[in-house]
Amino acid sequence: MATYDFLFDGLGLRDWCDAGKTGDAPQSMANLLAKGGAGKDTPWWEFPFPSLDALNEACARIVQSRDMTKAVEDGFLAIKDVLRFVLDPMTQPLSWILDFALLVFEAAPWWVMFPILMAVVYLATKSVRLIGFVTACIAFLAFIDHYGFAMQTLAIIFVCAFLCVLFGVPIGIAMSRSDRMQRMTIPVLDMLQTLPPFVYLIPLIFLFSVTEPKLYGIAIILYAIVPVIRLTDLGIRLVDRDVIEAADSFGMTDRQKLFGVQIPLALPNIMAGVNQTIMMSLAMVVIASLVSAPGLGVLVLRGIRNLELGVGLISGLGIVLLAIVLDRVTKAALDRVNAARKV
Amino acid sequence: MTGTVKIAIRSLYKIFGHDPQAALKHVQGGVSKTDLLEQYGHVLGLQDINVEMRESDITVIMGLSGSGKSTLIRHLNRLIEPTSGQVEVDGEDVLAYGEQRLRTLRRESMSMVFQKFALLPHRTVAENAGTTLQVRGVRQRDYLKDAWKWLERVGLGGYENHYPHQLSGGMQQRVGIARALTSNSPIMLMDEAFSALDPLIRTDMQDLLLELQKELHKTIVFITHDLDEALKLADRLVILKDGYIVQQDEPQHILLNPNDPYIEDFVSDINRARVLRVRSIMTPLNGGDLPDDAQGEVDINDTLEDTIARSGGDTSHSYVVTREGTPVGVLEMTNLVKALVPRVASEAGARKY
Ligand SMILES: Nc1ncnc2c1ncn2[C@@H]1O[C@H](COP(=O)(O)OP(=O)(O)OP(=O)(O)O)[C@@H](O)[C@H]1O
Ligand SMILES: [Mg+2]
Repeated sequence: MATYDFLFDGLGLRDWCDAGKTGDAPQSMANLLAKGGAGKDTPWWEFPFPSLDALNEACARIVQSRDMTKAVEDGFLAIKDVLRFVLDPMTQPLSWILDFALLVFEAAPWWVMFPILMAVVYLATKSVRLIGFVTACIAFLAFIDHYGFAMQTLAIIFVCAFLCVLFGVPIGIAMSRSDRMQRMTIPVLDMLQTLPPFVYLIPLIFLFSVTEPKLYGIAIILYAIVPVIRLTDLGIRLVDRDVIEAADSFGMTDRQKLFGVQIPLALPNIMAGVNQTIMMSLAMVVIASLVSAPGLGVLVLRGIRNLELGVGLISGLGIVLLAIVLDRVTKAALDRVNAARKV
Repeated sequence: MTGTVKIAIRSLYKIFGHDPQAALKHVQGGVSKTDLLEQYGHVLGLQDINVEMRESDITVIMGLSGSGKSTLIRHLNRLIEPTSGQVEVDGEDVLAYGEQRLRTLRRESMSMVFQKFALLPHRTVAENAGTTLQVRGVRQRDYLKDAWKWLERVGLGGYENHYPHQLSGGMQQRVGIARALTSNSPIMLMDEAFSALDPLIRTDMQDLLLELQKELHKTIVFITHDLDEALKLADRLVILKDGYIVQQDEPQHILLNPNDPYIEDFVSDINRARVLRVRSIMTPLNGGDLPDDAQGEVDINDTLEDTIARSGGDTSHSYVVTREGTPVGVLEMTNLVKALVPRVASEAGARKY
């Protein structure tokens, strides 16, 4: 006697249910346990929610929850080959780029890398103090022999953040120009932003081989691209309507308007998006070490796995230092843009 | 005042809402602006506008906030599409223009000056002033040269490499004017161009505009809600109310013969002696003899204020009116005094004293 028998009896579906009965359907643990107590009246406060499993007890035709889980898995496995056939070649360049970047960052000797990083910081911020700060941080990491790991992490972040900007800005522009596009894109962005990072990894692991860099590359890009898209869209939509009207009144073409007015005026917002994108890449690169992303994340993982407290904490400190460096540099670049266009 | 018609607007209607064409039928059937909004949910922007703007004139469009001034001026370069009616520039139907032709019109025939300046904050003053040429594909070196010239002309020499945020509001609007002038277009559209400036700067800018106009003879459409400004600048004054034209004429004529209580109320508050000119109230000679008892000569374009100062307040005087030295009329001080009294006294004024 199952709780929901009355439902199917009442609806006159008993025959339909029994016709589907196979008798020796695999039993779940809960079922077996419940068997022992069968016949006893369940007290009213234990009246079960009409879940798939509860309904299945009353009518074998209703699937069990684990069948649904199985179906999802089967479905994914069924389309996996097709997906892989399409996605694999498409994303192959990502592997190459990541491999190349890692190679360059690892191969370059520290006395070449330091001046290059200093030059980049100077170009972005024009601030001598920041150069000093960045050099001190990297030098400290090198001093405690974490330089190689830090460079691997940096290489991955550079590549992924660059690609995020490359794809994110055009998507953001497209969103800002069409309300329909915006309505369609926002749910996807919301999903990407709320899914826990680990969840991205699950389907990706099935699609690509774990040894390939593009696996973590895609995970990082999907996770980090959201802010730059959102802020590009927002930035362009926030451009002063009067200025747009002026641009129209001078007979600007859409193209002239986009590159001469909208993007320059949205630049502070776009840069804020880039800053967030970089920070999120950094967060994800640590998690991505679960799927063979090299860098400081590997050490953190070792710290957790082998309970090597010191290793975990020191590499964590390294990540914090990198985060501060990246944040300061991008923020300073943003401030420089802002200062030139106070309204 | 003798120039050819540069811009003609004929029976123009503009209705905002989801089905303007249906609403247009109601409006033409006599539904008022308030009723249209309450019963049909449409906003009547403009109704039955007929204006001709002459070459080299400053046509001022005046009206209270929400009367449809901005809507009207934006029809001239089709930043807003009309619901029905015609807009002609140089005899050509602008509404028939395709995208390409319209762009050429905006680039070469018209330039606009905005209330909020609408400068590009990331470009220098000179680059801003050159925008109108840059849009046409002129090379940077060439457009900067023109931009420098016009910046100099509006009194901003030396600021070419500053950024807009480094300038005061008045200076920013000078850049806006320089930008419009750089385009070298015959028509200038100015939507409340001076309304955001404080009164002293505003007077400066009005003087600048008049001075430039003396030399350049552009066809200017100027929008304002300020009567003093309108009277100072206008060759022709168009007064809008709730989207329709209440009166359009030479400003002096409107001042002396307001045809609507709305305008009477408007004009009752201003200093008539400073605005009215001798030509509006003199008696023309028409070949008649000069009076022997005239106290002297006044110029036809003198203000009444000047004349009162000369007469020392004596209302028995009369003057010979001259244009460029030749007598053309007679001015009786008694007529002058009459002209100073508006037909309707200002309510605000009455309350004050
Ligand atoms: N896009 C629009 N949608 C709906 N109604 C509009 C729109 N643009 C203007 N209107 C309406 O048209 C009328 C005229 O507006 P307009 O901006 O031309 O007034 P204005 O005379 O320029 O006023 P102001 O002095 O405040 O600038 C107003 O009632 C306004 O509410
Ligand atoms: Mg307006």
